[in-house]
Amino acid sequence: MILSTRRYRFAAAHVLANPALPDDENRRIYGKCANPNGHGHDYGLEVTVTGTVDPVTGSIVPQELLDSIVRERVLDRLSHRMLNADPLFADRVPTAENIALAVRESLEKPLEDAAGVRLVNVRVVETPRNFFDHGEAP
Amino acid sequence: MVRLTRAIEFSSSLRYFRPELPEAENARLFGPCVRTHGHNYRLEVTLRGEPDPVTGMVLDLKDLKVVLEREVEARFDHRDLVLDTPYFEKQVPTPENFALLLHRLVAAALPKGLLERTRLYQDADTFVDVVDPERS
Repeated sequence: MILSTRRYRFAAAHVLANPALPDDENRRIYGKCANPNGHGHDYGLEVTVTGTVDPVTGSIVPQELLDSIVRERVLDRLSHRMLNADPLFADRVPTAENIALAVRESLEKPLEDAAGVRLVNVRVVETPRNFFDHGEAP
Repeated sequence: MVRLTRAIEFSSSLRYFRPELPEAENARLFGPCVRTHGHNYRLEVTLRGEPDPVTGMVLDLKDLKVVLEREVEARFDHRDLVLDTPYFEKQVPTPENFALLLHRLVAAALPKGLLERTRLYQDADTFVDVVDPERS
């Protein structure tokens, strides 16, 4: 099995708070991450795909095509934004876990339809000390 | 079962070019990669096995180092992948093709069944994993 991974970056802000819960409960669960005016991270994003290696190009997917799909579907949408305001997070708190899930949902079908590859894993690197995988980590 | 990983770094030049295709088609398929350029590659090989009851090792790292130097560094470091090696006459040296080749070369030089995964970084933002199909 062959897996191809590209790493991207985006800077975004979020507030970890569930609007259905009272403020003091959010503060208890999320601590300083519940600060109502938000905070932000330089997120790393690793997208891993698998497929067959084209005999002519030698690639699973042309790099520009993969990059353009990730840019259009994810990076342009999330970069330099408050994540809580995005409809992707209307019904879920933008934790790194849920960011990984939302990115996976945003990319799965376009990668299949436009590039003919299967999305295997999405890794969200929130800080140099923590990262989150949604899918089969390589 | 224990996994152990050892890395090696090397630098090579390369270009993507299929001689049977017209120049314009090569330019369209491969963009700037049709021109000779280079990369600092990083190869990580992951072995999986039971530690030997006497030595406590899956494989002596000294032996693994020798294998990587002979199979990888001696063949590819500070060379042109297309002009100085016999492996890219019929295929372009994409990270996919290169990783598959390195996986075969390293697997053949190790005790059978030991190599689980080969990860080739072409640069800090691009890498390819080859996972032994029997293990995946």
